[in-house]
Amino acid sequence: MTTLDAIILPAPSYLTAHWSLRSWLLTLDHKRIAMLYLTSITAFFFVGGAAAVLMRLELATPASDFVVSGAYNRLFTIHGAVMVWFFLIPSIPTVLGNFLIPLMIGARDLAFPRLNLMSWYVFMAGGALATGSIIVGGVDTGWTFYTPYSTTYANSAVFPMVAGIFVAGFASIMTGLNFIVTIHTMRAPGLTWFRLPLFVWAMYATSLVLVLATPVLAITLVLIAVERFWGVGVFDPALGGDPLLFQHLFWFYSHPAVYIMILPAMGVVSELVACFSRNPIFGYRFVAYASMAIAILGFLVWGHHMFVAGQSVHASMVFSFLSFLVAIPSGVKVFNWIVTLRNGTIHYKTSMVYALGFIGLFTLGGLTGLFLATLPVDVHVHDTYFVIAHFHYIMVGGAVMAYLGGMHFWWPKIAGRMYNEGWGIFSAILMFFGFNLTFFPQFILGYLGMIRRAAEYPPEFQLLNVLSSAGASILGVAYLIPLVYLTRSLVRPATAEANPWNATGLEWTVSSPPPEHNFDSTPVVTTPPYSYDAEKTAELEAVSP
Amino acid sequence: MTHLAIAPQFDDAAQQHESAALGMWAFLATEVLFFGGLLTVYTVYRMAHPAAFAEASSHLYTWIGAVNTVVLLLSSWTMALAVHAGAHGERARIIRMLAATMALGLAFLLLKAVEYYLDFHDHLVPGRAFRPDWSTNAPAAQMFFILYFILTGMHAAHMLVGVLVVACFVAVIRTTPSPARHANALELVGLYWHFVDIVWIFLFPLLYLVA
Amino acid sequence: MSGISLSTTSYRNVSIVLFTLLVVTLVLAELHLGPLAWVAALVIACAKTVLVAVYFMHLRFATPLTRVFALAGVVWYVILLGLTLGDVLTRAH
Repeated sequence: MTTLDAIILPAPSYLTAHWSLRSWLLTLDHKRIAMLYLTSITAFFFVGGAAAVLMRLELATPASDFVVSGAYNRLFTIHGAVMVWFFLIPSIPTVLGNFLIPLMIGARDLAFPRLNLMSWYVFMAGGALATGSIIVGGVDTGWTFYTPYSTTYANSAVFPMVAGIFVAGFASIMTGLNFIVTIHTMRAPGLTWFRLPLFVWAMYATSLVLVLATPVLAITLVLIAVERFWGVGVFDPALGGDPLLFQHLFWFYSHPAVYIMILPAMGVVSELVACFSRNPIFGYRFVAYASMAIAILGFLVWGHHMFVAGQSVHASMVFSFLSFLVAIPSGVKVFNWIVTLRNGTIHYKTSMVYALGFIGLFTLGGLTGLFLATLPVDVHVHDTYFVIAHFHYIMVGGAVMAYLGGMHFWWPKIAGRMYNEGWGIFSAILMFFGFNLTFFPQFILGYLGMIRRAAEYPPEFQLLNVLSSAGASILGVAYLIPLVYLTRSLVRPATAEANPWNATGLEWTVSSPPPEHNFDSTPVVTTPPYSYDAEKTAELEAVSP
Repeated sequence: MTHLAIAPQFDDAAQQHESAALGMWAFLATEVLFFGGLLTVYTVYRMAHPAAFAEASSHLYTWIGAVNTVVLLLSSWTMALAVHAGAHGERARIIRMLAATMALGLAFLLLKAVEYYLDFHDHLVPGRAFRPDWSTNAPAAQMFFILYFILTGMHAAHMLVGVLVVACFVAVIRTTPSPARHANALELVGLYWHFVDIVWIFLFPLLYLVA
Repeated sequence: MSGISLSTTSYRNVSIVLFTLLVVTLVLAELHLGPLAWVAALVIACAKTVLVAVYFMHLRFATPLTRVFALAGVVWYVILLGLTLGDVLTRAH
């Protein structure tokens, strides 16, 4: 096999250069580390997804008959904690970011390859602790670990879960630090900041959030652990402690964490929209600045999670106002994508269908966010399914759709294989349909007053809940289809061209899959990004099946 | 500098050095926020209970804190000299200065341990053993001591890491064919050491000099 | 870059200033100046930090980018502290 490859291929790719298990587990190659992360987060996605399936099964009927309340509490905690920390936050940065940043900026690797490998091991150690917590009985606090319940009253495996998230946080910091330094110091000659792909800008903004927010989460989790073990702690109301202080520290991380999830998604969508409308991104600089603005403004709005928690009204008004400001850079992005589409020639490839789905669902999620940022409206819908629907439109409709769109766009580069466009488009549309059926009814349910995090609900809400559960089953199938056809493509020969979409960007100038050291010689960049033109459009049409 | 080994992902020594320095400063920014979270908690409770915090603080051994401040400032000085020696590739002076830094670091930890022992005897450790006969607001006093132990404990943990890293570095410098090759790495160790010193520069007045 | 460093004399001078500032802090604490002492102690701590960062940590010779990184942690801490206090200090009891 190896001899045969050597005859056919001029140089082995990063996938075929070494075959041993050791060559994977001790690799320093950013592309292989991305693949280690891909397998891990895919597994976590299905763990978190399984919890969601069980929850939606329970919610098919008003009574708590499938699982009891205690078990339901554990299900939504597992779903939230695993999806947030072990899927959404690492997803695009550690897989696509790791794989693409060096390729996009013309570097041989990230600045710190050892740190990169270490981040995966640290992430897996955190994942093992979190999984251990599920095995020994789970956690019932919700992914937010609000005190004093989590510190004093919860009789569940809070400690291993908190420890797992604490440890995984260091993996986040390592990844963010690596990206920041790499983007600053390792760009190819001629690749100025305003020639960078917008995906790289988005990853830079994301990394700033990772590096500046995660340490506050770390110390907050330490304080919870101390309080559980020591019996006394800083959030204990009996000692004059202020449980709201926990919420401040927690949301100082966890609100920016939302932007850790959505900024990379926006970066992916910018790439997809430009490529498949064969048009340079409209207002490139504004889109780049918008990423930075979102990253920074994202740190100033956390108090909107605490409007009804007893926070000062004055602080709430300030946080409410600042929260509205985030809509501006987000709107800039959406409008610029739309103008790019309007001026371009749209090609409905699988990735483009995901990108279009993203724009619609993200807009709906973002606009309902404005409802929630409005103080009086939030008082009405706080802790209801309206909130659940809102953030699932951002996290699932936004981040997951973009992640899958990106996986389909770069799959030829990552795996060297194409996939069946028919299956791709079918599952993307099915996902869009299943998603809306699952979560749109929850907006109505929430507005009517159905509270979140409860296994039971009044019988009049059953119809909408059944629709939601039915949608979840469709969504589940739609996630399995790409898993099957992308995995199956791996057993076929690697036949993808270097640039199957005729896209711009340095990652498309190397073979698919790329060689171990990415570039034979350091590329020199002389052109602005996204120089799509009519000629390339014709080429894309020529290669379309 | 001339003998610096360049990792394959970098083009030249300057790029490698710039990357390493930026990475260290970014890491220190995360450390600022790690301690920043704790200091936020401290500030909120101190503003809520100024009198109780002042009363509780007066039971700490200020002289040990002051001596430890001197020890740490001295260690920062010797560390700066070690980095200076590293830039000139003077093996003997690097080892001497690093050994002094390490000794001062250990002295700090030893004094801290003695202080914890005395605090324990004075029933200042929060929990069941906490007995503040002197206090007019026992819960707030206990809050002060919780924060005192967490803040100084986290700082001591960072000191311990620093001492271990310096010890490893001494071993490397003793055996390396070219001390100059490790000048950049030594500079990064120095940055970390000085940062931990800065944390103490704030902890000392915040915890010991409240009255 | 690591070639740039101060002379051993300047390190000694900076250290002397640092020890002097420590003595000033202790003396001020003995004078019991009330709330003013608290402000003075923090101002002195900030001054010491600037000295350590600028001279011992070589920010004096650092690139503008490194200085931005050095400041970023502090700025974000101020955001955390400022907005948290914005709530805690304006709460109605």
